[in-house]
Amino acid sequence: MTGQGRLLAWGIALAALAALPFVYRDPYHLHILVLILIWSFAYTSWSMMGRFGLVSLGHGGFMGIGAYVTALLWNHLGLSPWIGIPVSMVAAGALALIVGYPCFRFRITGHYFVLVTLALSGIVLQVITATRDYTGGSLGYTPNRASGSKLLALQFDDKTTWYLIALGVWLFGIAVWYWVDRSMARYALEAISEDEDAAAAAGVNVTAEKLKITLISALMTALAGAIYCQYQMFITPDTVSGIAVSLQMVFAAIVGGLFVSLGPTVGAIITILLAETLRIGFGTKAVGWDNLVYGVLLVLFIIFLPKGILGSLLDRLKPQPKVPRAHEQKAVQIARPGT
Amino acid sequence: MQAVLDIFDIYLLEAVINGILLGGVLALLALGLNLIFGVIDVTWICYAELVMIGMYAMYFMVQYYGISYFIAAPLTILLVAILGALLHYLVIAPLLTAPPINQLLATGGVLFVLQSFATVAFGIDFRNLGIRLPVLAFGDMNFSYARLLSFLAALVGMVAVYLFMTRTFTGTAIRAISQDRQIMALMGVDTKRIYLITSAIGGGLAGLAACLLVLQYDVHPFVGLSFGPITFLICVLGGLGNFIGGFIAAFVFAEIISLGGLFSDLEWGYVLAFAFFIVMMFIRPAGLLARRR
Repeated sequence: MTGQGRLLAWGIALAALAALPFVYRDPYHLHILVLILIWSFAYTSWSMMGRFGLVSLGHGGFMGIGAYVTALLWNHLGLSPWIGIPVSMVAAGALALIVGYPCFRFRITGHYFVLVTLALSGIVLQVITATRDYTGGSLGYTPNRASGSKLLALQFDDKTTWYLIALGVWLFGIAVWYWVDRSMARYALEAISEDEDAAAAAGVNVTAEKLKITLISALMTALAGAIYCQYQMFITPDTVSGIAVSLQMVFAAIVGGLFVSLGPTVGAIITILLAETLRIGFGTKAVGWDNLVYGVLLVLFIIFLPKGILGSLLDRLKPQPKVPRAHEQKAVQIARPGT
Repeated sequence: MQAVLDIFDIYLLEAVINGILLGGVLALLALGLNLIFGVIDVTWICYAELVMIGMYAMYFMVQYYGISYFIAAPLTILLVAILGALLHYLVIAPLLTAPPINQLLATGGVLFVLQSFATVAFGIDFRNLGIRLPVLAFGDMNFSYARLLSFLAALVGMVAVYLFMTRTFTGTAIRAISQDRQIMALMGVDTKRIYLITSAIGGGLAGLAACLLVLQYDVHPFVGLSFGPITFLICVLGGLGNFIGGFIAAFVFAEIISLGGLFSDLEWGYVLAFAFFIVMMFIRPAGLLARRR
């Protein structure tokens, strides 16, 4: 597709998406769409880091901070979410920097990085549970209903408003994805993920580049948590924080396709539709079934389709690249050994 | 004033000793995970879930079928060992050449499978074995007999693994592979077989841990999450694949949790342990006893 055709397709699709709630008003379906959009945004935030080999299991922690800080500021200090959300994002960003800096400075990569971030989401979960006098512990937490202005409290009753907010946030996520995709940072990060020493030798500031993408990813994840909290008006440590949420992000991003912009969105559509279908089809008997299917799919995908559904599909559709001539082949091999 | 101090000291001593007893089981868990990491270079994120399955196996054998605890325990160890070997054969073996992150995430998928399998099959009720072991009173301190038993059994298990690793041909091959996996294949060692055996031993250690943990804790599908993360932290703190480092780190962590729990809630003990872990990553990024690579 040419650049203009692609832009046109995006424009039409967005217009259709934005017009949807005014034409179609079934509250249940709109609710599912809002959930899909919010989670897509969260998964996209994760994939910003994940696509460069920075697999974090700490994003459940960032999401929990986004949700709980916003709700706590509103309930205890009466701070509007318009202030609370930026504060929560700053908190998550600060945490990301505190944990990220030593990780990247001391070259903690691979397994170690995954396990350190795992500790991070563990801490957030335990802190939320331990401070049960304020956060309600494992029983969950509800932001107070606004007595005054709905807009100031960012609490709306109708699904249409939420749908548009979620659509805007999701679009913002995709825009950031493309912004990173077009930036120099992307090349730097790809070089880092292939070989850190070589990248550093080529003049890439490894620590700074990694910190930047981690910060962006953490800020966005905290925003997703806050929006989720404002929409659902009920959060528990297990739904917005902890290892299960982190793994869920990884799962959806991988199933959809980690390396394409809409991959995490496709992942969110699949996972949420799957969960809802099972819930409606089997009722309470289906408790646990959705995760069982997720788990099996995740294993199968990693073994057989590591690029995800959308990624593999796009690879099929793309025309085969022309066979390079002999001298070009040699150049290619020098540039990327091992591929 | 003096009386208050005396009581405080007794509690402190009790917490310290309880920490050591807890450390034994944690060290056992860490040993299994370290073994698999050191030899196969894979982290089983679902390790604690294997323990959970083992705990359910114990529960059903002892409570439902009335099998004696001491007969059920070896059966459970065998079952989880088979599970470990299966996990390696079905999930890890096809991914041996894939990037390590993919292997780790695939075991994350297995975590989902095991957890939800337990939810579907056994429900989310808390179940316990119903065996109430006496409490051991020593001076003014009280120790649960179950903890003491677990500590001793964990030590026996670790000594058995140590002897196996140092006194048998297979054990020697396992240690050799963890040093250089390419050369060992050239030396005529069947690496696939060794990997499978190692996975089975790792699973067996999880099974042993399950038999011991089921004495102290109720079992439910999410029980793995309560000690899984801490096991990973212990392994990383000790240096992944470093057995002695993992052993020491297990006791350090257990003491932090036990003492932190003494002064405040148990969750704060965990928070303290996690925070300690992150601080240690600043100071010693490659583990307490950093191994030269």
